[in-house]
Amino acid sequence: MAIMTAPSATTPIRPAPPTVSRRGRKLRDNLTGHAFLLGAVFCFALFMWFPMIRGIVMSFQRTRRGETTWVGWDNYTRIIADPSFWTAWKNTFLFTALALVVGYVLPFFVAILLNELRHAKGYLRILVYLPVMLPPASALFLFKYYAYDPSEAGLFNAILKALHLPTSEWMQSPTMTIPAMVIASTWMNLGSAVLIYLASLQNIPGELYEAAELDGAGVWRRIWNVTIPQTRLILALLAMLQIVATMQLFIEPLILANGAGTQDSATSVAYLIYQHGFFQNDLNGAAALGVIMLIVLAAFSAVYVRLTTKQD
Amino acid sequence: MTRTLISQAQLQRGRGRFLYWTVLTVVVAGFTLVFLGPLYWMVTGALKSGQEIAQTPPTLWPHDPQLQNYADAWNNLDLAKLLFNTFYYAAGAVFFQLVFDTAAAYALSKLRPVLGTVILGLMLATLMIPAMVLIVPQYVTAIDLPFVHVNLLDSPWAIWLPLVANAFNIFLLKRFFDSIPEDLIAAAQVDGASPLRTLWSIILPMSRPILGVVSIFAVTAVWKDFLWPKLVMPSPETRTLSVGIYAFSGGTPMNVVIAASVIAAIPTVIIFLIFQRNIMSGLTTGSLKG
Repeated sequence: MAIMTAPSATTPIRPAPPTVSRRGRKLRDNLTGHAFLLGAVFCFALFMWFPMIRGIVMSFQRTRRGETTWVGWDNYTRIIADPSFWTAWKNTFLFTALALVVGYVLPFFVAILLNELRHAKGYLRILVYLPVMLPPASALFLFKYYAYDPSEAGLFNAILKALHLPTSEWMQSPTMTIPAMVIASTWMNLGSAVLIYLASLQNIPGELYEAAELDGAGVWRRIWNVTIPQTRLILALLAMLQIVATMQLFIEPLILANGAGTQDSATSVAYLIYQHGFFQNDLNGAAALGVIMLIVLAAFSAVYVRLTTKQD
Repeated sequence: MTRTLISQAQLQRGRGRFLYWTVLTVVVAGFTLVFLGPLYWMVTGALKSGQEIAQTPPTLWPHDPQLQNYADAWNNLDLAKLLFNTFYYAAGAVFFQLVFDTAAAYALSKLRPVLGTVILGLMLATLMIPAMVLIVPQYVTAIDLPFVHVNLLDSPWAIWLPLVANAFNIFLLKRFFDSIPEDLIAAAQVDGASPLRTLWSIILPMSRPILGVVSIFAVTAVWKDFLWPKLVMPSPETRTLSVGIYAFSGGTPMNVVIAASVIAAIPTVIIFLIFQRNIMSGLTTGSLKG
């Protein structure tokens, strides 16, 4: 109908009243607009919006022999009663905390350093970003077989031995599992944070540093009083993204620790989702675990939004 | 050159100059060791024999290079097939993302249909949902599509369709289109150009840089993804490289696994070295300027 009225509105012989013509045109524009959106909206609906709701629904259901029944909080109680549940959360939090200390602070200082250097800029930027481009499986096999070889032939142990430091069993030692995963994951991911920091460092007006210097502020004070406040928004945003990313720790335990690791030292929440869903044939339990993860991360986001809006 | 933390003058004289060159040397050497070193270790390690790899202290250069490891990786893991699959999925991902995401971003930026902002909001909201949370219901959807009841397992659509639902790309493209002057679009409309024609002849030619960035991101996403292709491509014939290497790593000598990892890494590294300028500008302009 709308399509029928539209051409008549543009016929020059008998111009329709302006309101009608505008409305007709608007309708037609809207139809084309929505037609252009169709493909993407279809994919979002199918693989994002619908699964979001479905995941929540599934977490309250149980499917046995093709029959789906409502079971209330059953999946949740079962998941939480699993002893691995708390171990997985403990490991995930420990990994996230360590990865935040290392993987969040380190790129900031690397970016400051690279921003100060006048030479070899391009080369250094390529170097830092190179690991980001490797398929994670490739990089992790490199760590697993060469760097974390528990014998003295392993790269890290060879270095430690050359420095007369005690060697480590790496992935075979429950206490070293998480630090070793943090090292590998920092090496793989540091580059993207460095580049984002670099871009925001380049936007800091030079006069601010000049003024601080005239006031007698040393290098550390200038970082504290100029660099950090000026990049506050990016720093806060990346902290959030980093938390969300590290809480989904999955491929590191899977490849480096063959899954759970020595004495469950590598089990993560994401790995538990995978275990329940695709090994124990407990898709509903896995969905419930997914919802719990979503709630925990949403709580983090809420705290984050509260903190950042208060500052402004 | 704008002034940064430490002033130019301070770096060019006396002690500052000495300090600067020392730091530069240490940084260049250190970074080369930390970021390039492991890659060197990977490429040469895969050339070593089983005995040499277990030797202490490790050798810097393989004494008796075994090209056989690379050949074994190529043959035993059927790397040609895995490479082809990954390329095929990546090419499709680029195509569908360019077509659907560009169209959507164009609609949201220039045509602005009713509810457009709501739709954009719903898309951007998905950026806040961690991938792991959705993995189970997405998988259930892929094995039995709602209403049509089609199983997408082992079908490339299972990789292509979810990748179109990429809010980051749409946001990136929309911001770029927003910067194209409205006058140009209005002029085209006066000349009687349809929205599709305007997109094709005016917007797209001006957007080559951002289209390049989106394409590179699409390729690397397919190359780097692991869990999703592992779930939806269960057959050995349809696997991607990363999944294939993982699946074979169990019963394969480690040198061969590493050799396969090297081969898997080569295409993305080459893409990066060729397009690094675009990648870096895409990362910095599009993403997070607060």
